[in-house]
Amino acid sequence: MKARAFDYIRPATVAEALAAFAEAEGDASYIAGGQSLIPALALRLQAPARLIDIGHIAALRGIAVEDGWLRLGALTRHVEAHDHPLIAVHAPLLALAAPYVAHPAIRNRGTLGGSVALADPASEFPAMMLAMAAEIEIVGAEGTRRVPADAFFQDLYQTALEPGELLAALHIPVARPEQRCAFDEIARRRGDYALVGCGIRLTMPRDRVEEAHIAFLAVGPTPMRAPAAEAALIGARLDAEAIRRAQAALARDLDPPEDGEVPPAMRLHLARVLLGRLLGRLQDQIAEAA
Amino acid sequence: MNAPLGSLDRPNSYIGRSVARPNAKRLLAGRGRYVTDLALPRMLHAAFLRSPYAHARIVAIDAEAARAMPGVRLVATGADLATLCTPWVGTLDHFTGMKSAPQLPLPLEEVLWAGQAVVAVVADTRAQAEDAVEAILVEFEDLPPVADIDIARESGADRAALAVEDNLCFRSRLDTGGIEAIFAGATHVVEEEFHFGRHTAVTLEPRAILADWDASEGKLTVHHATQTPYQFQDLYSRHYGIPEASVRVIAPDIGGSFGMKLHVYHEDMAVIGLALLCRRPVKYVADRMESFVSDIHARDHRVRARMAVDGDGSILAMDVDDVTAIGAFSAYPRTSAVEGNQVIRLMGAPYGFRNYRAELAVVFQNKVQTSQYRAVGHPIACAVTERLVDMAATRAGLDPVAMRAKNLIPDEAYPCASPTGYRFEALSHQASLARLKALMDYDGLRAEQAALRACGVHRGIGLAAFVEISNPSPAFYGIGGARISAQDGATLSITPSGEVRCLISVTEQGQGTETIIGQIVADQLGVVREKVRVITGDTETTPHGGATWACRGAGIGGETALQAARRLRDNVLALAAAILQARPGELDLRDGIVVDALSGAERVSLAEVARIAYFRSDTLPPDASAQLSITHHYAPQGYPFAFTNGIQGCHVELDVDTGLVKILKHWVVEDCGRIINPLLVDEQVRGGVVQGLGAAFFEECRYDAGGQLTNGSLADYLVPMAGEMPDIVVGHIETPTADTVLGAKGCGEAGTAAAAAAALNAVNDAMVPFGASIAQIPMTPARLLKSLGKI
Ligand SMILES: Cc1cc2nc3c(=O)[nH]c(=O)nc-3n(C[C@H](O)[C@H](O)[C@H](O)COP(=O)(O)OP(=O)(O)OC[C@H]3O[C@@H](n4cnc5c(N)ncnc54)[C@H](O)[C@@H]3O)c2cc1C
Repeated sequence: MKARAFDYIRPATVAEALAAFAEAEGDASYIAGGQSLIPALALRLQAPARLIDIGHIAALRGIAVEDGWLRLGALTRHVEAHDHPLIAVHAPLLALAAPYVAHPAIRNRGTLGGSVALADPASEFPAMMLAMAAEIEIVGAEGTRRVPADAFFQDLYQTALEPGELLAALHIPVARPEQRCAFDEIARRRGDYALVGCGIRLTMPRDRVEEAHIAFLAVGPTPMRAPAAEAALIGARLDAEAIRRAQAALARDLDPPEDGEVPPAMRLHLARVLLGRLLGRLQDQIAEAA
Repeated sequence: MNAPLGSLDRPNSYIGRSVARPNAKRLLAGRGRYVTDLALPRMLHAAFLRSPYAHARIVAIDAEAARAMPGVRLVATGADLATLCTPWVGTLDHFTGMKSAPQLPLPLEEVLWAGQAVVAVVADTRAQAEDAVEAILVEFEDLPPVADIDIARESGADRAALAVEDNLCFRSRLDTGGIEAIFAGATHVVEEEFHFGRHTAVTLEPRAILADWDASEGKLTVHHATQTPYQFQDLYSRHYGIPEASVRVIAPDIGGSFGMKLHVYHEDMAVIGLALLCRRPVKYVADRMESFVSDIHARDHRVRARMAVDGDGSILAMDVDDVTAIGAFSAYPRTSAVEGNQVIRLMGAPYGFRNYRAELAVVFQNKVQTSQYRAVGHPIACAVTERLVDMAATRAGLDPVAMRAKNLIPDEAYPCASPTGYRFEALSHQASLARLKALMDYDGLRAEQAALRACGVHRGIGLAAFVEISNPSPAFYGIGGARISAQDGATLSITPSGEVRCLISVTEQGQGTETIIGQIVADQLGVVREKVRVITGDTETTPHGGATWACRGAGIGGETALQAARRLRDNVLALAAAILQARPGELDLRDGIVVDALSGAERVSLAEVARIAYFRSDTLPPDASAQLSITHHYAPQGYPFAFTNGIQGCHVELDVDTGLVKILKHWVVEDCGRIINPLLVDEQVRGGVVQGLGAAFFEECRYDAGGQLTNGSLADYLVPMAGEMPDIVVGHIETPTADTVLGAKGCGEAGTAAAAAAALNAVNDAMVPFGASIAQIPMTPARLLKSLGKI
């Protein structure tokens, strides 16, 4: 299929972009890397009258550390999550997850801002925003605001972004030495959207878990934290018993939707298997370090 | 490794050599010319409105708004095209009792599957045509869809197509007699119900057609991504009433076909009519979404089968019941019943037992038509047989290798016939089994398996012996009334510079047909291969022939080329003898030079012979005949099919917590008779294995209860990718057929025939410690977790 005809505008500033959107009276779409939008246009699932290409707006670029936060401009590419030294050091979960996102050609074009703004529940990066306790910087007619990741993802493809607003940057608290993280996913083929995926960040100043962030992808309408499983770990040593408790608690956190190929019980089962394996991996790391 | 090629088996023979494909560089350099690349002056583009319903009546079509859209040249409905094109029916005379509703390019009243083309739009660009499609209003009245094979067969069931009286397309029975008594008396009986999912070909290049009607000459030229140009020349001619000689079908470069590109598709037939109506060239290229809902699908069988075995593990009998669902029509012109027919006839084919009973029911339902796709029927017959053999081995207390060694037909027993009536000239099951066992270090793998099980790692080893049908004679289609040729033709000529042109009816879709034909001609004529140019895929230039399907390219096309080259060589030597005042028998043609046959001394070059023939015929003796072009046809006359055989081994590791399977390695030992090009045979086998593993683990067209395809995109329909594929080791045994000089049989379907069966056995082997088993492909994580009782 061929996309329907559309106007194409390439603004140089955020202000121009916002104005171009306002002018189109709702019948417009921003385009960043195009890796989700272009297929949707080609399938005529979406047919905005106007495309506003934000790819040349300098203010949406850049990777920098300031005041204990890593700032990633919205246009940061997937491949940079894969390769960039600042990301590897300060946001290791992004670097761990990046190889699982699509294939190199797509990672060269896809942007982190686009992935998070789209908020596909099966995507890796949005879930990692939850696991890293990131904040999302939004810019709109009313100015700029920062929304914690927990409040950003609201429902299926629904986020705190109002129509016409831009996701400007992702802010990630820099990783601390007492934090350990792990990521993995279960997919039928390398590079596919996963059947289930999970990113974990445990804060363990001594031998007990002080803070736990466990985020799943592909288990519900949004990327999801697992508060009951997290609670099962708080204050505990990471041992077989604690891991089993966290796995059991998942039934309270996740209620996967019906899906032809993957029944809810199977997704929950896989989430448990994956959680057990990731926590086991961290347990091994701790044992090795000791 | 090669068997000797009689008197012409020379030290530097091209036959048996891994020659690279001459067309590979051109394709890699982007100089391929696919139908999509063609742009003719005044060319228009077609798009189709497709039915959203699996079954519905067309109440009204309102295309007024669409006709007024920018760039739109024509909007055509079923009624518009029915005035030009006669209907077709997908039955064959020798399938007694078979029925199917008549078909037209676009439907008049009833749509029979979700995705069926209903209205065509022709516009200046494809995008404009698609815009106009969105503006067409079709009022449908929902009819009950038939989506379940059991419900379809109930008496009084809703009908998938109102034009036929019930949902039974065809049924067939085979019975050697006395089966019940044999099963009653057998020491062991194993039985299972198997499910084989639908899948589809997913060629890299989708279907594509460009029809050009020249009203001034009354001539239709069709550029068509097809395997079988002559078949389509005949069909376009007969259904549109254009004399055969005024229809030219050109198959340019083709990006894969696997059997999918030899069936009549409604859109393709429509495009011919659209070109006639517009009097301008009209192009249609299926996009991937359209491919999923309109390319033929394949498989979709449910088989209940049992095997009787005596106390020492000898197989006594098989009893099989196959139900297959094909769509609402039987495909044209090869039908949708061939797969089921081959399933029940290939069951147990590698084994020596004599007692057999089978029942086949081919059932209509409101889905895309199924029809012939790579290894038609083989994977099903093979998986059912081989799984039962493994189950029987367990019951008899035999290792799978020992069980097969005991029951496979002995290599000295030929010629012989299967209980289903197939006649085997000479196969090598026992030699293949022994070779495979050594190649895969079977005993080593078994020891490793036992050791790893103790550490919670679950590996499985699966074997699957197979028989492949190749080189069909006219007994296949011709006898059933289809104008599908079992013979092939080649025209060979020497150019004035001493080069060779070979125009041949077999076609190239990426498998290397042109390469092997070039090798055979160079070898048998006696010229260097670079001097041979092979031209295929054009009804205006190549002689008539069946083209490439059922692995007939090498066996029949190759023999045609061989015989043609020998005849031309005789002509060259006769002429050279006249020029040299020698006797033809004293001369030979080697590497483009006429030499003294005994001493090898050079006498005259082929180029010089050609120069004299074309420009200085005045210097020839008066009775010399310079026939430097010949046309030759060849049709198989001995066995009705050239059967090939082999065996595959698959090694997997099953993650019992996730249901994911890692395919560790795969082995194939195959016997395709004479190997013309080992490199290409290995590629064919590996490619075939990958398609078989795709069926085993990934590929499935999934439908909901209402007959809607729910995974019709490459995001949801999983094809096997390089990352998941194992190393595939290929070994060869060569048992040439004595029916031809060349001795080649086919090799294109061998990989697909048994890969899924070997994988099925391997996964079941891995599950033995859990008392679990699976009898369904694809073996998805969900199905495996269910078998293991994890969900
Ligand atoms: C074959 C294939 C496989 C894939 N596999 C995966 C996978 O395994 N995992 C995965 O996570 N993703 C996968 N993707 C999707 C890919 O990661 C996308 O690139 C990403 O989801 C979107 O980023 P983008 O820059 O390309 O956004 P675009 O496609 O340009 O835009 C996506 C949406 O976000 C909006 N948008 C973009 N940027 C902004 C912004 N700054 N502010 C506000 N709105 C914005 C757009 O308007 C649009 O609605 C795959 C894609 C393909 C084609």
